[in-house]
Amino acid sequence: MVFLEFDVLINALPQLLSGLENTFILTAASLLIGSITGILMAVGRAFGTKTVSAAIYLYEKIFRGIPLLVIFFLIYFGLSQIGINFEPLVAAVIGLGLRSAAYQAQIFRAAFNSIPEGQSIAARSLGMSKIQSIRYILLPQVLRLSVPGWSNEFTIVLKDTSIAFSIGVIELMRQGRYIYVLHPEMILPILLLIALIYFVLVISINKGLSVLEEKYQMKGFDLTVDR
Amino acid sequence: MHMLEVKNLHKRYGASEVLKGVSFTMDKGETKVIIGPSGTGKSTLLRCINQLHPPEKGQVFLEGVEITDPSVDINKIRQKIGFVFQDFNLFTHFNSLQNVSIGLEKVLKMEKEEAEKRAMHELKRVGLGKFAERYPAELSGGQQQRVGIARALAMDPIIILFDEPTSALDPELIGEVLEVMQSLAGEVTMLVVTHEMGFARNVADEIIFMEGGHIIESGSPKQMFTSPKHKRTGEFLGKIASLYGEE
Repeated sequence: MVFLEFDVLINALPQLLSGLENTFILTAASLLIGSITGILMAVGRAFGTKTVSAAIYLYEKIFRGIPLLVIFFLIYFGLSQIGINFEPLVAAVIGLGLRSAAYQAQIFRAAFNSIPEGQSIAARSLGMSKIQSIRYILLPQVLRLSVPGWSNEFTIVLKDTSIAFSIGVIELMRQGRYIYVLHPEMILPILLLIALIYFVLVISINKGLSVLEEKYQMKGFDLTVDR
Repeated sequence: MHMLEVKNLHKRYGASEVLKGVSFTMDKGETKVIIGPSGTGKSTLLRCINQLHPPEKGQVFLEGVEITDPSVDINKIRQKIGFVFQDFNLFTHFNSLQNVSIGLEKVLKMEKEEAEKRAMHELKRVGLGKFAERYPAELSGGQQQRVGIARALAMDPIIILFDEPTSALDPELIGEVLEVMQSLAGEVTMLVVTHEMGFARNVADEIIFMEGGHIIESGSPKQMFTSPKHKRTGEFLGKIASLYGEE
């Protein structure tokens, strides 16, 4: 019996890993949407008119205030009632992307705010346009400063792709379910295996991004103290 | 035609009127120093000249062109007006060389190689040839300010505005910055807001004394230090002298 169960676990691995493909697509696509939208929203809040700024603020509040499961259901089931139908994977990317945008906007905005205003003034007094000063002076610094917060957001999105299970996306979690439904006696080991896969991914991403953070750190700002 | 002509500038922030009608002119190669108590609109005047803070009333002419005219391309004008800041305002993600070359590359559209050659030349001019690779956080305040001066010089401006360039520096670092500025006198047109009376006395062609949003009086250093027309000028210079020492 024990031998047989071990066999199930070994056989489960390729199937689980095949589910990872969608987990990765979900993570990458929604982070991309979230980053582009997040940066635009941060710029909009820092430099936009009052109306633009207020609209973005409202957006952030709304998407940070609703559970992801509810966002998913609204997009997938809710919108289909008014004739807007998405594939589960697309609905999940939209939901995760929109929510991540709200959080990433905050990360980037904090980074924008932490750059001394004098640098913008200096850029403008060299004759740069506002857009040039954002592009060449502010943004490169904002991106560097955002790495720690962004790295955290990355892992949150990766873990929350598992909630896409609920609207039928066939990702890591759902592949797991297919297996333990057939082998209910193996539910604990299978779930532990899934947990381990997420855990290893998150740890490696954190590690990878902190290497990136060190590499691109602005010179003279290394705060580590040797003693 | 004057290189710079400032006519009857007025500027207010909310309820307080900071500039109450300021007029003066500058010619090519001149160094003028603006002195006066804090909060009298000296820095505001500089920011009104390059339109960082557009004045409500009055005009500024640069080489005969009215730059306060809203239809002029202010980005084009600012290329020609160098600005050196009290807090240096270097770009922290760039090393010294990049701080100086970025304007050449992105504003004057020079080739990267040419821009870096030019930037290196300007860094050497302020005595920082060996510090090209250093980042702002790796430089002393005096060195940072000299990079700031090189950044302004590189654009080959018609005039450079200095907004209290040594006020944020430790006393022992002030000298190196003033030396660089002194070496530029005559070559570059400079308008300098400062409390450094030694610099004013030795380098300025004219000293402008401002108080309460007005120019009280202006004249050669000799006249201002020895026989000011207004009592307030004498009082201020006396106070500064006793604070900072005669020289």
